[in-house]
Amino acid sequence: MRTSPSLLSLTIDSAVLNLSNIADLSSLPDHIVVDLFLRTLRAGKLNERVLKLFIATGKDEVFSLIRALNIRATVIPVLPTTIKDDEIDIVIGAVRSDLTSFMNEWRPMFSRFHLIIVKDPDLKEELKIPEGFNLDVYEKPHMDQVVGSSTSVFFSGYACRYFGYLVSRKKYIISVDDDCLPARDPKGFVVDAVAHHITNLTTPATPFFFNTLYDPFAEGSDFVRGYPFSLRTGVKCALSCGLWLNLADHDAPTQALKAKQRNSRYVDAVMTVPAGSLVPISGINIAFDREVVGPALVPALKLAGEGKFRWETMEDIWSGLCVKVVCDHLGLGVKTGLPYVWRTDRGDPIASLKKEWEGVKLMEEVVPFFQSVRLPREATTVEDCVVEVANAAKERLGLTDPVFARAAKAMLDWVNLWKSVAYISSSSPAV
Amino acid sequence: MVEPATASQAAAPAMPKLKDELDIVIPTIRNLDFLEMWRPFLQPYHLIIVQDGDPSKTIKVPPGFDYELYNRNDINKILGPKASCISFKDSACRCFGYMVSKKKYIFTIDDDCFVAKDPSGKAVNALEQHIKNILSPSTPFFFNTLYDPFREGADFVRGYPFSLREGVPTAVSHGLWLNIPDYDAPTQLVKPLERNTRFVDAVLTIPKGTLFPMCGMNLAFDRDLIGPAMYFGLMGDGQPIGRYDDMWAGWCIKVICDHLGLGVKTGLPYIYHSKASNPFVNLRKEYKGIFWQEEIIPFFQQVVLPKDCTTVQKCYIELAKQVKEKLSKVDPYFDKLADAMVTWIKAWDELNPPAGGSSAPNGKAA
Repeated sequence: MRTSPSLLSLTIDSAVLNLSNIADLSSLPDHIVVDLFLRTLRAGKLNERVLKLFIATGKDEVFSLIRALNIRATVIPVLPTTIKDDEIDIVIGAVRSDLTSFMNEWRPMFSRFHLIIVKDPDLKEELKIPEGFNLDVYEKPHMDQVVGSSTSVFFSGYACRYFGYLVSRKKYIISVDDDCLPARDPKGFVVDAVAHHITNLTTPATPFFFNTLYDPFAEGSDFVRGYPFSLRTGVKCALSCGLWLNLADHDAPTQALKAKQRNSRYVDAVMTVPAGSLVPISGINIAFDREVVGPALVPALKLAGEGKFRWETMEDIWSGLCVKVVCDHLGLGVKTGLPYVWRTDRGDPIASLKKEWEGVKLMEEVVPFFQSVRLPREATTVEDCVVEVANAAKERLGLTDPVFARAAKAMLDWVNLWKSVAYISSSSPAV
Repeated sequence: MVEPATASQAAAPAMPKLKDELDIVIPTIRNLDFLEMWRPFLQPYHLIIVQDGDPSKTIKVPPGFDYELYNRNDINKILGPKASCISFKDSACRCFGYMVSKKKYIFTIDDDCFVAKDPSGKAVNALEQHIKNILSPSTPFFFNTLYDPFREGADFVRGYPFSLREGVPTAVSHGLWLNIPDYDAPTQLVKPLERNTRFVDAVLTIPKGTLFPMCGMNLAFDRDLIGPAMYFGLMGDGQPIGRYDDMWAGWCIKVICDHLGLGVKTGLPYIYHSKASNPFVNLRKEYKGIFWQEEIIPFFQQVVLPKDCTTVQKCYIELAKQVKEKLSKVDPYFDKLADAMVTWIKAWDELNPPAGGSSAPNGKAA
């Protein structure tokens, strides 16, 4: 005959089943608490609340069990439930070959997602990428295969990341320069730039009326008195522009003049850039909804003296102005502000200034041009809008400087490329 | 938990800037005890107190402040029949203070606003920050992603054209509030416990062509550049609407600033807003405004001021004309308001005759 379980044993079993009703275990004798703990573990009923309950008893044996079994509460970042990890691609343009420390620093933020690493076709060295990531690497041969060798000139230098945008199959893209690391907020917490960009992209933008408390969808914030109710639903946010601590994105003359200046001001705000207002969008730290606005990020403006430092480029500024004009026309939103990344000191602004001054001068033409662009009502798709901007650029700027004529052509080629490469059905494998 | 600074925490600046060029306008119906908190920062300046409500009541001003005080009797005496444009039983009456001031700059603050603390615990000298904002240019033509480029530690970002880096004169500096946020009544009713604890360390120019909800609780402006447009409308007693005075002024000044090429900044400084008004009372005052603003906003967004409006007064008179034309159909109130706007300009010009008799344009038309 089997020995029937003791009354104590039955009681402990019952306690395991009713853990959710128990608020305090400290009155129990030590050996019962330990037994209860072990049976809880065996039943798979240990969660954070229950763990706290046992820790609150203050019993040494419980603590030693916890230490021995290496039991730890894990903190899971809360992302909006509408975003699945497999909707996001992180695209990194590799302008430098050794990505080891970059990837390792970003590992906590990047490791959940699929990454696309695109190597600058001008880079000779082999890429050094650490293990443990889910990624695809693209290099010049891939570019030649996908777009043909004659158009791979699009993708040199910082513009190599656009190839990643082209071949991605995901809805959201997040892109940071390979010399940026995670930043810390004023409280010392590491900023999860990925999560923050996603929050920006998945909450509405409010471009038609300025909210003086900035992002009304941020926690602890709202629309202020006087904000029309009909405008409070907002519009879809297509682009999220983040900022930079330490080395801010100044142009070479400014950084050369203020050689020691570093950006240490953490501005705790996200805001929508108002409709009709243009903005210089830096490519250093951005995210966008590829499905909604993908073709509008154009690798078009390639300076004659373009180089491998941001001071020597303006491609992202041109691209950003194009995106903003298109978004304003289509009623989409662009946000700016958080998240911050930490941009490492690199390069010499004076050397860059000596090499490349043209870009700064060209902005005198570029900004008034974009301010004057008017898209016709018939342009209802992003592709149509980009074509209109390209044609206007060719017409109005083409004769000013050949760089603009080339940019206009590049934009048209880009739209065609996008149509033929990017809209392959999602069931076909990525190259 | 956000807390205000105590009187002992506020440290007076060594050299109070614009001491003789700035007036502080405070509307009040209760008392001015809050000034004790502000003493180190505000005592060097001249105050204009506009006493709302019962003129027979005596409002005590804390000792040591240099001030002039106007109650309803004074307003009626000074303006005569034109006094009809000044609201009664509403803080909108503060704009009378703008009119009688003889200074270049105005700082206006509500009597339930205390000194805020920045994240390091330091007391915020709101007036000093407003002065910094107003004395440095604005950049309304192109958005700078690092916000105010003239602040210490900041600058223009890559891609910002050099030709736009000089900026334009700043006409208005709009400050913000910690603790009780400036929500409308419906939002207050839904979120009675929400407090603004986020200190956003930024000043930025509101881009040209963009409207915003201007709050009159913590505001500074250049009277010479934009004063005549700072009319706070017809509110309070005998009027169908309240709590839209500063909103109305904000839409008017923004349209005019955009036209004349002047700048409006928002952001720092913060003050600590201590008193939450009764949301049910607020709802009764505001509810018409909540519907009307749906028509008013498109009106202001589409306003075009003719090129020959080269002064603030001319712009404002033109605006009044268009209000009468286009908004009267929303409610006869706007007809009255348009008339009051014209009365206001007449009163302003009477009390502020142009020096030398000829009125010089005080801004370039866009």
